[in-house]
Amino acid sequence: MPNEISPLSPLAPARFDAVPAELETQLASGENVLAHVEVDLDAGLRFARGLLAVTERRLLARDPGSEAWRSWDLRAGLSLRHSDHAGVGTLELCDEVSRLASWRYTLGRNVAALQVLDHAERRLESLSTGRPVRVREENLCPQCKTALEPGQEECPICSREIHAPPSTWTLLRLWRFARPYRGALFAGFALTLMTTAANMIPPYLTMPIMDKVLIPYQNGVPIDAHLVALYLGGLLLAALLGWGLGWARTYILALVSERIGADLRTATYEHLLRLSLEYFGGKRTGDLISRIGSESDRICVFLSLHLLDFANDVLMIVMTAVILFSINPWLALVTFVPLPLIAWMIHVVRDRLRTGFEKIDRVWSEVTSILADTIPGIRVVKAFAQEKRETARFREANRHNLLVNDRINKTWSLFSPTVTLLTEIGLLVVWAFGIWQVSKSEITVGVLTAFLAYIGRFYTRLDSMSRIVSVTQKAASGAKRIFDILDHVSSVPEPANPVHLEHVEGRIALRSVGFRYGNRSVIRDLDLDIRPGEMIGLVGHSGSGKSTLVNLICRFYDVTEGSIQIDGIDVRSVPVADYRRHIGLVLQEPFLFFGSIADNIAYGRPDATRAEIVAAARAANAHEFILRLPQGYDSLVGERGQGLSGGERQRISIARALLIDPRILILDEATSSVDTETEKEIQKALDNLVRGRTTIAIAHRLSTLRQADRLVVMDRGRIVEIGSHDALMAREGHYWRLYQAQARNVDVELDDLGREEVEVAVAEA
Amino acid sequence: MPKPDFQLSRNAFDRLSFRGADGELHDGVVPVRAFPIADPQHGIALVGADGHELAWIDSLADLPEAMRALVEAELAAREFMPQIRRLSGVSSFATPSTWRVETDRGDTEFVLKGEEDIHRLSAQTLLVVDSHGIQFLIRDLAALDAGSRRLLDRFL
Repeated sequence: MPNEISPLSPLAPARFDAVPAELETQLASGENVLAHVEVDLDAGLRFARGLLAVTERRLLARDPGSEAWRSWDLRAGLSLRHSDHAGVGTLELCDEVSRLASWRYTLGRNVAALQVLDHAERRLESLSTGRPVRVREENLCPQCKTALEPGQEECPICSREIHAPPSTWTLLRLWRFARPYRGALFAGFALTLMTTAANMIPPYLTMPIMDKVLIPYQNGVPIDAHLVALYLGGLLLAALLGWGLGWARTYILALVSERIGADLRTATYEHLLRLSLEYFGGKRTGDLISRIGSESDRICVFLSLHLLDFANDVLMIVMTAVILFSINPWLALVTFVPLPLIAWMIHVVRDRLRTGFEKIDRVWSEVTSILADTIPGIRVVKAFAQEKRETARFREANRHNLLVNDRINKTWSLFSPTVTLLTEIGLLVVWAFGIWQVSKSEITVGVLTAFLAYIGRFYTRLDSMSRIVSVTQKAASGAKRIFDILDHVSSVPEPANPVHLEHVEGRIALRSVGFRYGNRSVIRDLDLDIRPGEMIGLVGHSGSGKSTLVNLICRFYDVTEGSIQIDGIDVRSVPVADYRRHIGLVLQEPFLFFGSIADNIAYGRPDATRAEIVAAARAANAHEFILRLPQGYDSLVGERGQGLSGGERQRISIARALLIDPRILILDEATSSVDTETEKEIQKALDNLVRGRTTIAIAHRLSTLRQADRLVVMDRGRIVEIGSHDALMAREGHYWRLYQAQARNVDVELDDLGREEVEVAVAEA
Repeated sequence: MPKPDFQLSRNAFDRLSFRGADGELHDGVVPVRAFPIADPQHGIALVGADGHELAWIDSLADLPEAMRALVEAELAAREFMPQIRRLSGVSSFATPSTWRVETDRGDTEFVLKGEEDIHRLSAQTLLVVDSHGIQFLIRDLAALDAGSRRLLDRFL
């Protein structure tokens, strides 16, 4: 393809590459570049290359699109500021009264820019304090602030983005799943070989039947019954042999392919579950379901049916070719004339069909995605009477599906008849050449009959062989979509050298934590220390980053910058499962899986005894209502199971958290979705849960956080206040305003707070 | 629209300053389009450094000339959504794929992580999000040349 570009073309600049020559020439003697960044946007945000560098004594810059260099001597009073918005980073150089210059770049340059910033800041700090330049105690990654090995320049955590496109030979990668069955596969192949050989016998026998029995009979020689019996017996035997071998072959290979398919499905699912929430956030449920379900099935059918047939066909062609050439090379040559033509046709159509099938797949997942969107949201659809609109959306997706299918069917439907036509023409050629040869007495009628019998089979196989093109492409695109999942490296990766947490005290430290979702900065430069056993209440408007912070602490996501430490160990160096074992989570919308209540409580610890389950349920104030259910702890619940009220579900999920006895407890709006009466009951259950554990609680209703040791008030991704309820009230800052808003029911800024709840808050205040 | 009841100016740090009817001065005010794609010329909010809306501009055209120039300059310096005019090449049809594009802001390359990063905003408008979260807009599919459309088609 002429307009493809090399995959090697470097997108991100080499981060720690050598100082560019143009910069080198600008340096005074004895001056060294400490860090530089190639900025790629000009002031008007157009793509253009510029350069910004920091040396021991000055900042040097060549503005994008210009040849001139500017420089600013570092002096006290200067400051370099960094910010980013919508994927564009900005560095601004300011003095006391005005802005001197600014540089913009896309976030791909961020690491280099942060290095420039870091060096410049430390020099400037030293200039203003008069102290020597502070050296970084450790070699820290400029992006995530984790310690690097001495001499290691690239941070292993930050540089894990891989942008290599997957290879086109995706199907070969299935070998990984076929390996365990290679014995059976080999046996299947051997059987295929034998079956094909057995099927070669009957046409061969037509030759003597014709030449030694039928033609002599027409010429007046009586039929030799013994000879006929011999030939017919041979035909029957060959048929029986082919039948038996074919059965064994198909059975073995179908068995194997089913197993490969099952392994593939399980492996994909297992991998999928290990991916971070970030991955699930970006994918649609319907698409993921169809990938694991139907794609793996398609691959399985491909392996058991199409690939098998194809192997069979290839063997047959080779064997037929050998036999035909051994009988009569000239006629054989003529027979094979249409073959290259068909091969060429297959090649031409291949590309077109493949892209078409990929497209069909994408459109198909569009259709299923609509189902997956609408069915869980059916209450909303009905409440707003939007059934017609949803139907229209579905019809539109279906229409798109039809359109794409129609387009590819145009090519595809032309393809098969053309192959058939070529087949007929091929037969015609053989007939013509054969009759001519018979007339010259170069071959017998028997030989011609045998040829026609062979190629009759052989050309029909060519027709079915041409089908392999499409099924292979379908299977390959299916395999690609599955390997897309399998190749996706979890953005919450398992550490290379894991540190195992034996005993957790529950001390949590957040060090200049930043988190970016897409190009939106959700958490910025956040520091927080939580003592073991302390209860922290997270407070703030919705959208202030509370839930994100909790997700980061749970390690559902990894921080973009900075680090989170538990008992002084970076959470990224602890195996994910190990770490989560110490965390209990109670969410606003408790999710119960389909199963018994006991199963749901024991979800985090399937080996828990019944006594432990009951104890946990008692502590969660759930025991009594569970006993009121007809089947007690064996009652089935779940999304479509027996209806439990919100409060009841919540208490089950609290029991679930209690049972694993975590050192760290996270309550994300645990009592927000229930009425006050239920809340009191849940609160009682929570009090049991909180005791002696490091607890982080998020609540809109500030009154529920009264017993928190410290309240952390967040606003737009930053901590704005920390302190006890009384201290914060005394300060009359953010918290005070939030509290007043709830208490007085004026200026309700808490978006999620319904009117009812506000009134309740007033009643409580 | 009557004359706006606020004033805008640019301070020494190259930030917008806003003085409302109450006379209070806000520094570092940013204009934000409410519908950057669907209706960029209408509905622009002036948001203070603390994230609160200070004023709402129904239509850019209604602003006095000088003020409009200020707002437009600030918008231009903040908004970054290059419009793809031509797709000159892709490294592969399987993702992640490096795209070489010509945009209204010059030529560049970016990495498309997956097909799901191409969002269809309407029948003819696409939003392509690169690996760093930068959004590229294809405002009118039909306006692209045949080559670009053919390449793009492989991802849709």
